[in-house]
Amino acid sequence: MSQSTPWFAVRQALSKKQVTTLTLLSFFLPILLWSLVSYVPFLWHPKIEIVEPGSVSWLKPGMLVERAVFSEQQRLATEQKTALPQGTRANPIYLPAPHEVAIAFYSAFTTEPTRSSEQWLHESLWHSIQVIFWGFTLSSLLGVPIGILCGTYVAFSKLQEPFIEFFRYLPAPAFGALAVAILGIHDGPKIAIIFLGTFFQQVLIIANTTRKLDVALLEAALTLGAKKFQLLFRVVIPGILPDLFRDQRILLGWAWTYLIVAELIGTSSGITWFITQQARYKNFENVYAAIIMIGIIGVVTDILLAKLGKRLFPWEKEQVKA
Amino acid sequence: MTQIELPSYLEQSEAVSARFDKLKQREVILEVKHLGKQFNSQQGLVTALKDINFKTHRREFVCVIGPSGCGKSTLIRILAGLESPSSGEVLLDNKPVFEPGPDRGMVFQGYTLFPWLNVKHNVMFGLEMQGFTKATAESEALNWIELVGLDRFADAYPHQLSGGMKQRVAIARALANKPRILLMDEPFGALDAQTRSKMQANLIEIWRNIDITVVFITHDLDEAIYLADRILVLQANPGEVAELIEVPVPRPRRSGQIISPEFLATKKRLEELIHPPSEEDDADGLHMIRMAHVGDDVEIME
Repeated sequence: MSQSTPWFAVRQALSKKQVTTLTLLSFFLPILLWSLVSYVPFLWHPKIEIVEPGSVSWLKPGMLVERAVFSEQQRLATEQKTALPQGTRANPIYLPAPHEVAIAFYSAFTTEPTRSSEQWLHESLWHSIQVIFWGFTLSSLLGVPIGILCGTYVAFSKLQEPFIEFFRYLPAPAFGALAVAILGIHDGPKIAIIFLGTFFQQVLIIANTTRKLDVALLEAALTLGAKKFQLLFRVVIPGILPDLFRDQRILLGWAWTYLIVAELIGTSSGITWFITQQARYKNFENVYAAIIMIGIIGVVTDILLAKLGKRLFPWEKEQVKA
Repeated sequence: MTQIELPSYLEQSEAVSARFDKLKQREVILEVKHLGKQFNSQQGLVTALKDINFKTHRREFVCVIGPSGCGKSTLIRILAGLESPSSGEVLLDNKPVFEPGPDRGMVFQGYTLFPWLNVKHNVMFGLEMQGFTKATAESEALNWIELVGLDRFADAYPHQLSGGMKQRVAIARALANKPRILLMDEPFGALDAQTRSKMQANLIEIWRNIDITVVFITHDLDEAIYLADRILVLQANPGEVAELIEVPVPRPRRSGQIISPEFLATKKRLEELIHPPSEEDDADGLHMIRMAHVGDDVEIME
């Protein structure tokens, strides 16, 4: 007889089916909430969308007014026995319904830019991805080796880490104006902001990961005749690779969080340009679509990297997910 | 109760004493001279080891045993060159030891196989460090893997092996370097009893077949007697040599000898040295609490 796994047992693993159910629910619940608020009129819908302005001169079809204002106008019209304005309850413009965002998701890719100088959405996205890529790559090219050296040699750590500890508290966006002054208004300063936001954390995190390598492995290597650089290249680096890879995945996520600020610096560009532009036109469904797109790119990248990690490091024991 | 009369542990059969005579004529591989080690701790200067002296002859198997805190692990780490002594010196083939090196192979208590290398590459590691070509290292490694009986697992990663198998690989890895001496720091301490006795038999078999001198740390009396030619007994606070015992149990050893008179006599002596009865009472500063039938009082005996 198979005993079903209880749903709530302290730190006990759930069955595969339960995990799948919960994973789906974690996305389904917020969408359900959003749908309820969007489609069930009496739940919220604080506005009235005008269908027929009636005798009220300043109302126009499609206009959104407060419910209180609308009922006042209806009362006035009734008193004066003129044509009543008609309307339906609606949500504010900044909360589009799920289906509107879903349509926007599709149409955002198929809508031609309004001006020839502007970019298609996929071009904007690609531009953002390139900014992230260069910012993160430059940071890693410096940050990973420095982190490993700091974690391996105390002298390096003492020389670098106090300053880095100080610098990491300085908010990267604060360097925006400086970055523009030095690097111009195009991609240079944006890449610099992502670099600044990632690099200092990266050195400290990777130094820490390096320090967590079991000393016994280094001692074993010493008794086997390994010397200086052999110790670094044959033990330290391969020993920390799986953890290093995990760190890089987390850091890449952080790099994304700096993207929006970075892209606002100088001439606004990429997905941020798209978002601000659409918000200006009050096309909020497009704004949501773009934000969700960033989320999807982030999650998909992370899942792909996790899969890659499993393939690259077959000796890593399965991490127990609590 | 009848007390079985045991012979003295100092009594040796002719064969055994002849064996020791021969052994002592062999060249000295390892010599420890007036070795001392002091640590700075919060309680001030702590003496971990004090004036340790002993010699190990070629192909000898020496076990080091002692109560916890007697500094046996410190001793073997100094022999390996992983720590430096405060005084005295360690000579390997009459040359002082300053740092770790491939001439002293080491097997640790914890599992120290490189998790990113499979069994074969773990065993090849030391050979590659010494500049052997990949091909030479590989064929050498495969020989050693066969010797410890793991040829079928040459391509397995450490996390796929049992504890006993991991330690066999660790032994092969240390021996592949052709060290002058093999240092073993409670290598079977983490294994279950059955695996442990298998590993002991295995180790003896390997040792009989190759030219290797072994210094083996343990806290298990049976293990020490079963494996050793001589047992270096340390006492704690400070760690000093209590006695160097010549094990009178004849070779080849079998597990059945564990109840032979020589074995028991040696064990009795080790018990006396390591757990002296007079100090038992407050050995760990434990208070004995005894119920007394005087009303409801509980008397605490100091």
